[in-house]
Amino acid sequence: MKFRAKMIDVGCLNHFTRVVNTISKLTKTCILRLTPNNLYFVLSGKVASGGVGMWCELSQANFFDEYQLEGVAPDANEICLEVTPENLSRALRTSQNAKCVKIKLTKKHCPCLTLVAELPTLSSVSRVVTHDIPVDVIPRRLWHDFKEPRMPDFDVSIYLPPLKTMKNVVDRMKNLSNFLVMEANLNGEMNLKIETDLVSVTTHFKDLGNPPWGDDGSQGRSQSRDPEVMAHTRVDIRKLQQFLMGQQVNPSKAMCNIVHKRIIHLILLHEDVSLQYFIPAVA
Amino acid sequence: MPLSTQSQTEGDNYVLVASLDNVRNLSNILKAITFKDHAIFNATPNGLKVTVEDSKCLQANAFIQAEIFQEFTIKEDSVGFQVNLTVLLDCLTIFGGSTVPGVATALRMCYNGYGYPLTLFLEEGGVVTVCKINTQEPEEPIDFEFCSTDVTNKVILQSESLKEAFSELDMTSEVLQITMSPSQPYFRLSTFGNSGNAHYDYPKDSDIMELFQCTKTQTNRYKMSLLKPSTKALALSCKVSVRTDSRGFLSLQYLVRNDDGQICFVEYYCCPDEEVEEE
Repeated sequence: MKFRAKMIDVGCLNHFTRVVNTISKLTKTCILRLTPNNLYFVLSGKVASGGVGMWCELSQANFFDEYQLEGVAPDANEICLEVTPENLSRALRTSQNAKCVKIKLTKKHCPCLTLVAELPTLSSVSRVVTHDIPVDVIPRRLWHDFKEPRMPDFDVSIYLPPLKTMKNVVDRMKNLSNFLVMEANLNGEMNLKIETDLVSVTTHFKDLGNPPWGDDGSQGRSQSRDPEVMAHTRVDIRKLQQFLMGQQVNPSKAMCNIVHKRIIHLILLHEDVSLQYFIPAVA
Repeated sequence: MPLSTQSQTEGDNYVLVASLDNVRNLSNILKAITFKDHAIFNATPNGLKVTVEDSKCLQANAFIQAEIFQEFTIKEDSVGFQVNLTVLLDCLTIFGGSTVPGVATALRMCYNGYGYPLTLFLEEGGVVTVCKINTQEPEEPIDFEFCSTDVTNKVILQSESLKEAFSELDMTSEVLQITMSPSQPYFRLSTFGNSGNAHYDYPKDSDIMELFQCTKTQTNRYKMSLLKPSTKALALSCKVSVRTDSRGFLSLQYLVRNDDGQICFVEYYCCPDEEVEEE
């Protein structure tokens, strides 16, 4: 197994740092999959993560100038690691002005992702900062847990309102209730609702637009659907709040698929990064 | 406007309807009296009075006159209810607590009368939030029997320098002692905490003293924990009047200017600390 990559562009470095910061706000630990073309930050949606699933895909060519990967086997040319994104975030923070950042898989007292940053100084000699981030290598027999999630057979797909507005509203709603209902229809309308013995609050978003998914199978169900009818799912409000808290940059596209009473599937698309987040329904 | 159509569909059963183009003109002043969960609301044709009490020794009132509202319609002489103030504030600030220049949240507050929830319609940037908050039967606010004819000492100060003093007050002191006198030290705030005794003196002819009417030397102590919440009202205010009566009861009245420069009042009444009376 071998992995070496190098970033020299400051813009790429900043962008990569922002992505890692977002991931670190979403979860304490996750899986990092390294393939010849992409990096993936993954949460499998099992009980351990509270049922929340995450799939963040980065195209390596958009970030790294050099990228060398030798996977576990010729027919399985990838590496799968368990990482604590906050550690990677911290290491990247000190590398912000670096001339060059190298990331490689090493073995110190345990397997590590080693980050080496060459920082400019006033003299001609660079200062070098090295971070060894401990990781766990995930054996091949467990890889099936970390595959790309299937697009769920959704009832409604809708563009999200401005994330900042959603975050403000959800932050306040969290003071009032532990659970939130998200509902949306094919008329571009979305409501966020909480209801307790003390108070009920509903925020109405209109004219959001519904993404045109085309004629694939999952659209079949929604094509014959009455556009006024809402699909809704009740979720743990903290999970939605956590997702909204982590967003640092405005995505070029933000949308949400709702499977009635089952799951909320959030999709954020940036230029070279896509993030999918699955929040399961609670009873 | 979306808010008015919504209220029409609920019928004309409202006994109270109050609207604001900028909800902060209500939420900011309510924040100045939020030290307990429950607040007693009393609306009359003059406007809205909100009361919060603590252990029968402290009462805070916020007055928002009818003129502050863009619409204030009341169908009875007096409409009263009790509501959870923390929940109400979370609803009033549903679009976030901070201000963005040029963006205001509009409010329409409706109440159908006894047994009905308080309904709020809030709108910002085309997004509408509807809140229904359960109400209870209002308790009778305590009458502290503070009477302007019984006032022994009164001063009116500009809030600026009192704000400084209050932010520095030694919180390890269990009491705040207020001395008012026609002679030295005129107006003094004292604390007795772990760091020792501290005194803040305001002479009667200082420029922050707008009015000085002290007839008798009085020293009274008030529980620091009771007066601490008044700091929020002080922070919002530009002027404050401090009065004590013959029993040593304290009345603090704050003149608050809202975002649009209109005037509202907040007042605090506080009983003197029992200990001193025994001396």
